[in-house]
This record gives sequence, structure tokens and C-alpha cells, in this order.
Amino acid sequence: MTPAKATLTVRSINNYASVVDIRGDITAAAESALSDAYTQATSAGARIIILNFSGLEYMNSSGIGLLVTLLVRANRQKQRLLACGLSDHYQQIFELTRLNEAISIYNSEAEALAAAG
Amino acid sequence: MSNPPSPLPEDENPHVASWALPVAKLKTEDVPRGAVNLNVDGRRLAGPLKGFGQLWQKTYSVSLSGVKLTPADIVNAWKKNFGSFWPKYNRFYGSIIGIAPGEVALLNLAGPGGMLGPGGAPLVSTGVLVIYADDVSFSFMTPEGHMFAGMITFSAHADEADPVAQIQVLIRANDPIYELGCRLGVVHKTEDAHWHATLSNLAAHFGAPNAAVKQKNALVDPRMQWSEARNIWHNAALRTALYMPVTLVKKVFGR
Repeated sequence: MTPAKATLTVRSINNYASVVDIRGDITAAAESALSDAYTQATSAGARIIILNFSGLEYMNSSGIGLLVTLLVRANRQKQRLLACGLSDHYQQIFELTRLNEAISIYNSEAEALAAAG
Repeated sequence: MSNPPSPLPEDENPHVASWALPVAKLKTEDVPRGAVNLNVDGRRLAGPLKGFGQLWQKTYSVSLSGVKLTPADIVNAWKKNFGSFWPKYNRFYGSIIGIAPGEVALLNLAGPGGMLGPGGAPLVSTGVLVIYADDVSFSFMTPEGHMFAGMITFSAHADEADPVAQIQVLIRANDPIYELGCRLGVVHKTEDAHWHATLSNLAAHFGAPNAAVKQKNALVDPRMQWSEARNIWHNAALRTALYMPVTLVKKVFGR
């Protein structure tokens, strides 16, 4: 298995929201890192998880698959996934794969937090 | 451990060209002889979030023992000969360009056990869009009406001494009829047989004819999405059956 080239950092914003800062590549190799970050983000009770893609370097179709499974996990636990910091290219990929219909996209973390209320 | 480098500007990022551009509705440029373009033109992509049934992730893999090729060599040959690795009763009609981002392919599919309609007519005509392709992988996404709403990723990687070819599907049955077929085991069994045969043929092509295909299944979401039940309107199997008399007439008169 190719070693993960992603660094995921979790920041708790308040009692109901956490941010996952994503840097590097989201590919199949990032599966456990993404899952661990999500678990850490929700363990303190956060219901809103903001995925901050501003440090994303590369994502392939397996990475999109990881986001789909993460979204299913969030929906089952009645949590919301939001995204911010996506480049124009990756916004297009969300549109292509229709992820944008399930994960709301914001330009910045501040906008995502404001929308999360 | 060092941090990953900062992202490249998009005009310098070599990965941008690996992805297809968004499409509102699918459009085929040319319909190869024998293909049926009944359930592709004008259809939207479905994707794993838009189907009706349980969400499954299935991984089929084959270790190419003794094959001294890189993953990129394997995927390159896989792209060039993609349809030839399919079992004979299913047909893949790729574009002239081949497996490349944004290309649409038409599919003529048989039923369980390779069953075809009268005169060899397909039981399901559908298609896929190539959404992603790089040196070591490529992915398809299915349109409305296909048996499955989802993504299929074909890849190769090095595993210890031998290269491994892999197919991973992330799929839901597209509508209640297909989901019933899945629950009865018919649809999943047909899907599994197709990809097992494909990997066996691929392995034989590379000189590993007796390689065993492995399969792992994971139920990602056991729930059904009732809001998507109306997908039945686009059901490609039903529409293909209704269109079958026309297919037969065209076959008889060679059009």
C-alpha cells in the first residue's frame, strides 16, 4: 500500500462544530487518516464537520469514494458535512460527481461556520 | 514527518487533466454498429449518492504472479483493450478516443448467466462516463437507468513481488426493481460473475491464466433511499425490453 501523503488536523471550534484541515493528497491511501480525523472531530459531540480543502493538493476518484462513505457515515449519525476552501477545479469535480448536492460548499471557513449557525 | 507541500496553482497542476468536466446530461458523438443508444443520451449521471438501494463497496482483485510489468504498463494495456477483457456476452462500445476523461461508452449487457434476448439482443443497453483516468487507474460513473448508481475504479498497484489488478465498485441499485434483484441475489451475482471473468481474462492476457480472483464486500449503507424510488422511470432494463422489437427489426435489415 502506498503511504498516505495527507496530513489531517482537527480543530474544535465550539461545542457543535469542528474543522478538519486537509493538506496533501486524498486518495485510497488516506482512508484511515480521514476516518480517524472524522472520529476525532465528532468524539467531543460536534454535529457539524467542516472539511477545509484549502491545502488539498490532489484528489483522485478513490478520494471521492472516501468522501461518499464519510458522508454516509455522517448522515447515519445525523451529522452535517460542509466543505470550504475547494479550488475551482475540485468544485467542478464535486459538481461532476454530484457531491455538491449533498455537501454544501463555501468559499471560506468563516462562511461555512456562519451558514452552520 | 514533513508537511506536504502547498498546492500547485491549477494551471500548473498535472492532475487537473485527469478529471472529466462536469456534464449536465450525457451525449454520445457516434454510435458504433451494434450498440444501442437508448438509455444514455440525455441522461444525467447517477453516482453512489443518487441510487435507491443499499450502498455496497466491492473490491475484486487478482495478483498477477510472475508478471514483470509496472502498474502503469498494466493499466495502459487495460485501457487499450478494455472491452476485449469482458465476457463475450457483454459488449463495451468505447469512443474512438478510448478510455479518457469525459468519454462516453455504450454497453450492451446480457442477463444472468449470459442470457441474451431473441437474435442475441442485449437485455440491458446502458452506458458509462469516464470521469477520471491517470497512469495507474481510471474510473467510470453510471447514468440514470443503469442497474447501479455508482462509481467503478480500475487500477493496478505493486504488492510485494507481484503486481495486482483491481476493480472497486461503490454502488447502489438504481431503483426498487433492481434492488429487488439484488436482494434475490440475481443482480449482484451477475455483476460479480462479470468482473471475475474480466479479471481472469486480464490475467490470462498478461500470462497468468490460473490466477485466482479475490473479492471483498462491504455494506457501506444498509438503508434504502426512498426519495430515489422514482428512478424506476429511467430503468434501462425495462426500456430495453420495450425497445427490443425495434432492435430485432434493425438487426434483420442490417441497420
